[in-house]
Amino acid sequence: MRVSVLGTLACLVLTGAALADPGGPATGLHERTARFGIGRAATPEVLAAWDIDVRADGRGLPPGHGSVRDGAALFGARCAACHGAKGEGGSADALAGGQGTLATPKPVRTVGSYWPYATTLFDYIRRAMPFDAPQSLGADETYALSAYVLHLNGLLPEDAVLDAGTLPAVAMPNRNGFTGDARPDIPVPAR
Amino acid sequence: MPPDALRRLAHRRSFLRLAAGATGGVGLAATARAAGAVEPLEVPPWSRTPGAPVASPAYGQPSPFERLGRRPRTPPPFPGAASTGTPLQHLHGIITPNGLHFERHHAGVPAIDPDRHRVAIHGLVERPLVLTMDDLLRMPAVSRIHFLECSGNTPWLGAKPSWTLQESHGLLSCSEWTGVELATLLDEVGVRPGAAWILAEGADASGMSRSLPLDLARDGAILAYAQNGERLRPEQGYPLRLFVPGVEGNLSVKWLRRLKVGDRPFQTREETAKYTDLMPDGTARQFTFVMEAKSVITTPSGGERLGGPGFREIRGLAWTGRGRIARVEVSTDGGDRWQAATLEGPVLPRCLTRFRLPWRWEGGPAQLLSRATDETGYVQPDRAALVAVRGTQSFYHNNATFGWRVAADGGVSHAG
Ligand code: HEC
Repeated sequence: MRVSVLGTLACLVLTGAALADPGGPATGLHERTARFGIGRAATPEVLAAWDIDVRADGRGLPPGHGSVRDGAALFGARCAACHGAKGEGGSADALAGGQGTLATPKPVRTVGSYWPYATTLFDYIRRAMPFDAPQSLGADETYALSAYVLHLNGLLPEDAVLDAGTLPAVAMPNRNGFTGDARPDIPVPAR
Repeated sequence: MPPDALRRLAHRRSFLRLAAGATGGVGLAATARAAGAVEPLEVPPWSRTPGAPVASPAYGQPSPFERLGRRPRTPPPFPGAASTGTPLQHLHGIITPNGLHFERHHAGVPAIDPDRHRVAIHGLVERPLVLTMDDLLRMPAVSRIHFLECSGNTPWLGAKPSWTLQESHGLLSCSEWTGVELATLLDEVGVRPGAAWILAEGADASGMSRSLPLDLARDGAILAYAQNGERLRPEQGYPLRLFVPGVEGNLSVKWLRRLKVGDRPFQTREETAKYTDLMPDGTARQFTFVMEAKSVITTPSGGERLGGPGFREIRGLAWTGRGRIARVEVSTDGGDRWQAATLEGPVLPRCLTRFRLPWRWEGGPAQLLSRATDETGYVQPDRAALVAVRGTQSFYHNNATFGWRVAADGGVSHAG
């Protein structure tokens, strides 16, 4: 409701701008705001299969749930060949370990040591993994695999179950480890 | 076989053919050459026979004597999640030929049917749309020449004296990009109040996704369908890519299928786990978009061998994500003395700029360096200055000066 009121307001504001624009088309409220009238309306139904992003606050997480235990079995079958049996890394990145190394000369960046949000893990597995069959996992499987990878990093107990409510709440060790762009950060040399 | 060896072979072969055709034997010409005598010019066979007909082939290819190619620095464990560099040391001017534009893919190159490709734009917008390629081709277009550089170009660690420019700086290319400005599309769909970031997502098997701040999106970003006059190459995002000038290449999402407008960054894997710059204190900088001023000498450069003392032009490339290059200085003594190089115009914003400096190699050791200054007054730092602030683990955004040492025997390698 709130969104549609805002939307109407914005629409009126834009209409004003379009009316002031002598080049703009001039029939009907909607057409006046659309400058070229190109393309087709993207309704939620049209977008459903593509609208897969998950934000840090959990928006975009699908219904469903998955346990660390289910994740362990799935991981062995679909992930371990490249990432190692315990996510220690293989031909592909390590997914666990490295906590406490970021300020050392040999930092190890993993989901557990580096990633600021657990939601990113769900989003990435859902869109890109397993590498040999991306977008083949269901929501429950993706929750289970996320739970298992977080468990491998000591961030969830063995009996944990994740869903849209609990996943965004997982406390990530490096949650506050990120800053903005400080550049230009190098003094201009004297000449 | 490395390309240089192949090229030498090709030239040698043509020389032998020429010699054989003209004199009926190799011995005479070779002897004359060895003795340093000036060979009388011959009329070669290609001047005595008509050449190939038109349209052979219909889509022209480089001469068979040219053997340039892109290649990975080291054999990748997953060839679909890897990069290849542009052989900048063999290119001229500022435009990268389409077949030599560097590559960085995260799940291979998809084969996309342009008639079935769609791009959706939705989220905090008034009129969410799905567009076809034909729709985009009808909209007002722009063409602009810009560089594209991967922020992982020029690794912080592991530089080898044997590196060629392709290995040290190859994740850099420059093209004329044509398409619809993202700002045009945003106006078409009507951005709602509160909108601040846009998620850009690819249709490849990695579902590549990055968040772009709205001000960057309106600062010349293009939904590009053409590169250097022709439709994009598959490995550059065919049929549609985002192109965001002046910033790290990863933001220019290829095979673009979706733009979602939101009120905050989406915190994708590529902007948290990757493309963040780890500092010595263990914190990491996030959303470090702009590619700061950088330059490198393209010739003489690593792997070359200067044939002998005498005149040769020093040439290089300079670029900055913050507007135009204002000045490039070159040193041939490791940075004790600097000389202003000539910038070849037009000097375009967020574009490669070619620089040149006449030079006479006296035959002794020399240490070549270049240093760019952009129009904001920012001066390309040396490695020590960068490392003093950022350490060596930040992985991305190494824009340090980069030296080539010319040994007394003419061999050129990376040092300093
Ligand atoms: C065939 C090998 C392979 C398999 C199987 C595989 N992965 Fe991956 N994984 C990769 C590669 C390669 C990358 C890096 C991709 C890139 O370069 O963008 C990756 C990256 C990741 C990352 C990001 C790591 C980081 O630090 O950025 C996560 C998380 C991940 N995989 C989870 C999984 C899960 C969960 C599974 C099982 C469902 C899985 N992978 C199966 C090869 C594989």
